[in-house]
Amino acid sequence: MLTPALLLSAALFAIGTLGVIVRRNAIIIFLCIELQLNAVNLAFVALSRYTGIEGQLYVFFVMTVAAAEAAVGLAIIISIFRHYETVNVNKFNVLKW
Amino acid sequence: MVIGVTTVTSTAASLAGPLPLPALPPTVQEAASWEPVLPGLIVLLPLLGFVINGFLALRAAALSSAAVRGGNDWSPFAGGTTPATHRLPTIVGPGVMLLAFALALLNFIGMPDDLHEPVVRSYWSWIATGDLRIEAALQLDQLSAVMMLVVTGVGFLIHVFSVGYMKDDIGYPRYFSYLNLFVFFMLVLVMGSGYATMFVGWEGVGLCSYLLIGYWFSDREKSDAGKKAFIVNRIGDVGFLLAMFLIYQAFGTFDFGPVFAGAEGQLAAGGTTVTAITLLLMLGAAGKSAQVPLHVWLPDAMAGPTPVSALIHAATMVTAGVYMVARSSVLYALAPVSQAVVAGVGVLTALIAATIAMQQYDIKKVLAYSTVSQLGFMFLAAGIGAFTAAIFHLVTHAFFKALLFLGAGAVIHSMHHAVHHAGEHLDEQDMRNMGGLRKYMPLTCALMWIATLAIAGIWPFAGFFSKDEIIWYTAAWAGAGSNPFGGLYAVYWGVALLTALMTAFYMTRLMVMTFHGSNRTGAAGAAHLREAPPVMTLPLIALAALSIFGGWINVPEGLRESFAGLFGVLPMSEWLHHWLEPVTHAAAEIQVAGFGEAAHSAPLGGGEVLWALASTLAAALTVAVGARLLGSREYVAAAADSGPRAGLARVLHDKWYFDEAYEAVIVQPLLRLSRWCWRFIDTVIIDGFVNATAQFTRLAGWVMSLFQTGQVNMYAFVLTVGVLLILGTTVFLR
Repeated sequence: MLTPALLLSAALFAIGTLGVIVRRNAIIIFLCIELQLNAVNLAFVALSRYTGIEGQLYVFFVMTVAAAEAAVGLAIIISIFRHYETVNVNKFNVLKW
Repeated sequence: MVIGVTTVTSTAASLAGPLPLPALPPTVQEAASWEPVLPGLIVLLPLLGFVINGFLALRAAALSSAAVRGGNDWSPFAGGTTPATHRLPTIVGPGVMLLAFALALLNFIGMPDDLHEPVVRSYWSWIATGDLRIEAALQLDQLSAVMMLVVTGVGFLIHVFSVGYMKDDIGYPRYFSYLNLFVFFMLVLVMGSGYATMFVGWEGVGLCSYLLIGYWFSDREKSDAGKKAFIVNRIGDVGFLLAMFLIYQAFGTFDFGPVFAGAEGQLAAGGTTVTAITLLLMLGAAGKSAQVPLHVWLPDAMAGPTPVSALIHAATMVTAGVYMVARSSVLYALAPVSQAVVAGVGVLTALIAATIAMQQYDIKKVLAYSTVSQLGFMFLAAGIGAFTAAIFHLVTHAFFKALLFLGAGAVIHSMHHAVHHAGEHLDEQDMRNMGGLRKYMPLTCALMWIATLAIAGIWPFAGFFSKDEIIWYTAAWAGAGSNPFGGLYAVYWGVALLTALMTAFYMTRLMVMTFHGSNRTGAAGAAHLREAPPVMTLPLIALAALSIFGGWINVPEGLRESFAGLFGVLPMSEWLHHWLEPVTHAAAEIQVAGFGEAAHSAPLGGGEVLWALASTLAAALTVAVGARLLGSREYVAAAADSGPRAGLARVLHDKWYFDEAYEAVIVQPLLRLSRWCWRFIDTVIIDGFVNATAQFTRLAGWVMSLFQTGQVNMYAFVLTVGVLLILGTTVFLR
């Protein structure tokens, strides 16, 4: 039972990572980050069967942080959108040398 | 200055208390039957004077700078009343000296005749590291007692003279603080119980010499003279330090007691070690005592106030080298080669300096070269092993040379006022601008004649006895049975005799040019020429008395029954010789063992009495003929005279071109080397390395900045690749 769960987790994480790298839309990138987090959650839960309750405890922490992050991140994206009238991250490139 | 005050006061605090004595070497405790009277206080009193006067000087400086900030000129003498900062040093400066002299005299009188070992008083442990233990200790013996008396006694007289000489100077308290500090260090030098303690005094007097030569520091030439003195002394100090290291290597201690006691047993007579030690010590002594080739700083040191020249650059500090050689007499007696070198350097110095003195026009320069020459005589004496004669000449020289310098100071003081009032721009120290001063300053003239006769070596003045003793011992040791350098000593003897006559000549020239003949100051100036005030002439009178009678403390046994001892009437036959016996006898025994007994006749035949008579007659004749020849000569004022044009006279006037030679051989190459170091090593290599580092950092930063695209996806990609790389290496390359 463990192997399929970890394979699924890995697949979800890979999809999320690929999405963060290749997509330009800030909302989509955001969704992909959530996907990564949840892939990790899945791995935690799957492993907690063998290692103890701590894995499931961590999942709650991750979900809390993810919720908070979603609130802050969306607020930032809205704020950026108001300024640039776009959510294409290629346009947000002033933070460099 | 502030740092000096604080450090020195902390020393003072620890010196003052009745401290428990740390364990002393056993020999010292046996001999400590005699209790010296407060030896620490003798040293402390001048230090106390320094602290008080130094505080007053700082106060005056604060007042002055406050006034300058307010846009005013500050003068302590404006407004009729002198402020306390310029009144108190008059009491404190000479006062502490008088007390110190009284204490030194008490110790001198109380010192028992059978004191064969120095009495050491240790105050605290100065350095204790590994096997090295150095005590801050003072020692009293016959030699240090004589030196203490000279330093505090002559020092006191010169302090009193200074009150008159420096009273119009704005830096009056600073002057006295330096002068007191000098005496403190000089006393540490002569009372220190080991080479390390002596070195403290040695460096300290060098510092004070520097401070006082550059006393009028706003004058570039004078502050440069101070630096020159300091740097030339430094060259000698290298020798002193190396000698100290060798001594430590050989004996494991710096204390005089164990070093001298163990020297004969531990060092092979005439061996490399003892010869190296003594030659290096000689280098140090040559620096401090202005011997050829390190004599060049002393004539320049005349830039300081004249009483300073009298105290530091004639009577005391410059004799430190002689004292050191005499103190190390045992080591020198073990190294005949070093002895011959010391005597040779001494006699060469005496000759060269005397020749230069004959063609100088600056009154202080003549006296400076005369000092160098007399120091050469002392080194000759120390070199041939006549340590008593060296110290004897040191003492009498302190008397008559201090008198000569202070007399010159009185003349300069008078000239200064005359030139100042007449509003002229004459060099007040140039003898060509003087002449005929006898009419205006009869007392100074008479006193200086006494000193002149003393330094010329004319019976019965002090210089006769001391100089004659040096010359006679040179002759006697030249004829000693197994002296390997007998022929060389005979040459030294001849040169010394010649130099003694030159001394008589250049001093006569100085007197004639200054006090006799027609006055060249100009009518306006001459009207203001005055005899010095009593505060200046009284010390001169005291010194004149010493210059007359000072030589009688050591009438040689061989001369006592002759004219020189007034056919047995003069008391105290060879008193100094007997007095210093406990210090010098060890060296004397070694010397007799090596050289055999000294001869009783000179290399050209003739005994002691004959040569004494001949030398005093020759000197008297030189003075008489010199005075007659020079007196009939018309000198012209300095403005109209450019000195001798060519020939030997020009060479002597230009001081044998020593300074020019050093300039060409040492100073300029050193300057060029320094410039090369600056332009190549510093600018090209060191700066180049630093700049290259900076350039490389900039380049690397520029390259790295290319990765900062601002594209979030790019960052995420790089991050992912990085994490994968790290994971990959940890998982697969385990």
